[in-house]
Amino acid sequence: MSASTQGAAAADSGLAQAAPRRPGAIKTAILTQPQALIGLAIIGAFVIIALVAPLFLSGDPKAKVGPIFEPPSTAHPLGLDGGGADMIRLLIAGTRVSLLVGFCAALVSAIIGGTIGVLSGFFGGKTDIALMRMTDYFLVIPDIPLMIVAAALFGRSLTNIIIIIGIIYWTTTARLIRAQVKSVRERVYVKRSRALGAGNGRLIFKHILPQVAPLLIANTVLLVAYAIFAETFITFLGLGDPSVISWGRLIENAFQDDAILNNAWWAIVPPGLCVTLIVLGATIFGQSLEDGLNPRLRVGHLSVRRFKVRPLRGKLDTE
Amino acid sequence: MGGFDYLAKRLLFAAVTVFVAITLNFVLFRTLSGDAVSALRCRQCTQAFKDYQRHELGLDESKWQQYKLYLNDLAHGDFGRSLRSQAPVTTEIWPPIKNTIAMVALGTFFSIVFGILVGVISAWRRGTAADKGGLWTGLAFYSMPPQWLGLLMVLFVAGALGLPTSGIKDPTLGILSDASTWDVFVDKMRHMILPALTLGLVLFGEYALVVRSAMLETLGEDYVLTARAKGLSNWSIVWKHGLRNAALPIITLIALSLGFIIGGSITIEYVFSYPGIGLAVVEAIDQRDYPILQGAFLLLTFSVIFANLVADLLYFKLDPRVST
Repeated sequence: MSASTQGAAAADSGLAQAAPRRPGAIKTAILTQPQALIGLAIIGAFVIIALVAPLFLSGDPKAKVGPIFEPPSTAHPLGLDGGGADMIRLLIAGTRVSLLVGFCAALVSAIIGGTIGVLSGFFGGKTDIALMRMTDYFLVIPDIPLMIVAAALFGRSLTNIIIIIGIIYWTTTARLIRAQVKSVRERVYVKRSRALGAGNGRLIFKHILPQVAPLLIANTVLLVAYAIFAETFITFLGLGDPSVISWGRLIENAFQDDAILNNAWWAIVPPGLCVTLIVLGATIFGQSLEDGLNPRLRVGHLSVRRFKVRPLRGKLDTE
Repeated sequence: MGGFDYLAKRLLFAAVTVFVAITLNFVLFRTLSGDAVSALRCRQCTQAFKDYQRHELGLDESKWQQYKLYLNDLAHGDFGRSLRSQAPVTTEIWPPIKNTIAMVALGTFFSIVFGILVGVISAWRRGTAADKGGLWTGLAFYSMPPQWLGLLMVLFVAGALGLPTSGIKDPTLGILSDASTWDVFVDKMRHMILPALTLGLVLFGEYALVVRSAMLETLGEDYVLTARAKGLSNWSIVWKHGLRNAALPIITLIALSLGFIIGGSITIEYVFSYPGIGLAVVEAIDQRDYPILQGAFLLLTFSVIFANLVADLLYFKLDPRVST
């Protein structure tokens, strides 16, 4: 997923004024867009599985319960993997780790990107130029090779992977938040507050942050998708944490254990399907939220990524 | 601001980004991670050999000296030597790069064809089942991990089409009888199709979405209405009036998505054991051959920076308004 290209184009457009933010903006954005609801439902389902399922299951999911690559049966509806472990148990364990990586890494980049975006947009001038130049350089450097190199150099632990993914994906967030902060900063109430003697800290935390928070949340949801995707990538190349089971690891295991030669589709298809579903869910949820909250993204020529386009001006009869 | 200023600015930006990438590369490999020689996986290496290597690589100098040395080497086109084979990095990674370029070009071609077809049909049949179906298919492929799609291809498609699933050359080719150039070419193509198709499928969703919205915008323009009023055929309206004017965002997107194409091709090459730069990276990781990893990372980064520059220049050529 080319996070960088989207962000660069989407965020370069600090011209238009953002819509006035009302309380409950996120709720409205969700409820008015069916796509957002579908996405939310998918994410919610996986979160519930990750939280609830382990309450009913005990023991090691990697435990050998039968012959390797046993086809699906009533006892094991998704069959067994190359180590003879139950695929369903593995998938559930993988859900926890993949979601953990996704949410934590997204949080890391939201914090870094949010801070840089707010500082850059709020203070403007030299701070802005310096920070945005830096962001631009990092935007261009291809994220996946950088991630692979960093993961190869820093050892294979879950924390490292979270930090690496988080540190690499902050750039688009910074761009987006900066554009938003710049427009909020010019609003009358912020100016009035400043005239009344409010300090920078108060302005940022009391007036700016609440206004950009919904957009930051929407962007973080998108980052969850990138992060889960990236984790499967790193893990597949043998750079994942060897001690935990994630969806990425299940795909890697299937590949390494020659599931293909054994024709064991049940070991290959489900983990990738989970990744696809959650990435799809987070992508459509995050993008509909962004579109709902930031009308600028809907203006065609300002954004590379456009799911919603402006209505056709001339009515075109397609028949 | 004139066009010259714009060009100069973009060139300067690209140059500085190259410098940033080089420095980042140095920081990552030399200062944060210990040194390459001690990380090397090598059973026969004696301490004396390692010390010699360290001295050869200049790892016993100060960091600042190393940095200057490193910049100097790079300026002379010297990317260092592979710790495994002792061959220069450039000669080690040049053959894989050629393979990758061929595969990526074919894959991008697939994705452009699918993307334009689906995007144009979606835009033309806006709001219909065909539109929705095309978009959701594109989105679904966009969400799939490339390595997983590759595995699915091997599992479900390769057998049905009778295509090879690994390597770039049939081991029996040219053994019983001399293979003609044509045979070698066909063999290479057959090995390339599945990885390229995987890459094409992963990419086409994004292209389709952009083509669709660019088309929707142009189809709403007055000159399209005029074209219809003139009684031109649908075909001519879509391809000559619509797509040609929608080309700008499409071309830019293709140039800009090179970073993702490269990333995706790494795992795809691994799945198909396709001897490209991605497989070279995976092997270098496995053997801790840092100079190769470093060289590959730099080259990939340079190519993305270059593609970005090309996108900027194309944009300038196609749309003179951007220079303001």
